[in-house]
Amino acid sequence: MTFLLTCKDFLHELSDYLDGTCDPELRSKLEKHINECPNCWVICDTSNKTIQVYRGMDPQPIPQEIHDRLMGAIQKKMAGKCGGSSA
Amino acid sequence: MDAAETSLPMDDVALVERARQGDAASFSELVSRYDRKIYRLARHITNSDEDAEDVLQEAFLKAYEHLDGFQGNAKFYTWLVRIAVNESLMKLRKRKSDRTVSLDEPAENGDEPMVREIAVWDGNPEQQYSSDELRAILDKAIANLKPAFRTVFLLRDVEELSTEETAAALDLSVPAVKSRLLRARLELRERLTRIFKKKGDDVFAYL
Repeated sequence: MTFLLTCKDFLHELSDYLDGTCDPELRSKLEKHINECPNCWVICDTSNKTIQVYRGMDPQPIPQEIHDRLMGAIQKKMAGKCGGSSA
Repeated sequence: MDAAETSLPMDDVALVERARQGDAASFSELVSRYDRKIYRLARHITNSDEDAEDVLQEAFLKAYEHLDGFQGNAKFYTWLVRIAVNESLMKLRKRKSDRTVSLDEPAENGDEPMVREIAVWDGNPEQQYSSDELRAILDKAIANLKPAFRTVFLLRDVEELSTEETAAALDLSVPAVKSRLLRARLELRERLTRIFKKKGDDVFAYL
């Protein structure tokens, strides 16, 4: 006997479905549900786009002065650890 | 280091090993590999440029200090993320000294993820907005998530750690990561759909 998925069931499995981590049997049930339920199709599509738009954002370069202060702090630490002359 | 060695980028394990033996250039290379990501992560968790800079410094200084204790079987980046997340949460707790900010805070509104906005997006946001505008929209949406949810989302979907790595970095169970990730994704989807939906196209809206 096969059980039909409800929209609530679909929503609970959405993350695993988008990550491709659910088993093949569940996956085909979820795909069947999406094909028959326009609301869940939209939720799935816009959730996927949400993830993709975040993944597409590269980290911006760090402002130069922040980078300089970071490297300064690290060099100071290194000098201390290596037993170099303390500032 | 001879010229032949410098032509190929070294993996993190080799750089950590050299840094452990006192090679400053190797640690500097690790810093330049990950400083942007760690700064972005810290900014998103703390919602503060100033705190993010402190976290950035603390994370790398602690990593350097504890290189000997770093377990070679973990990824250096995951380990660094774990330090940065802890430092970021400490900043949040300090700022909200009267409130507990914890990754353990329970999910509110029960277990049911909320879905209200059901509408297709109007084309591709990456083409519709300048990258600065889009970045501002995405940053604002994340900033409105609770720390427990945004931290999981940041590690999984922005830094692209695996579920297991995220669980390890945050000291959470895999089911907890999955449930928070679902909530975070759906909340962000909700907020972004309000902005990106086709105007006047709520044809699928229900209840």
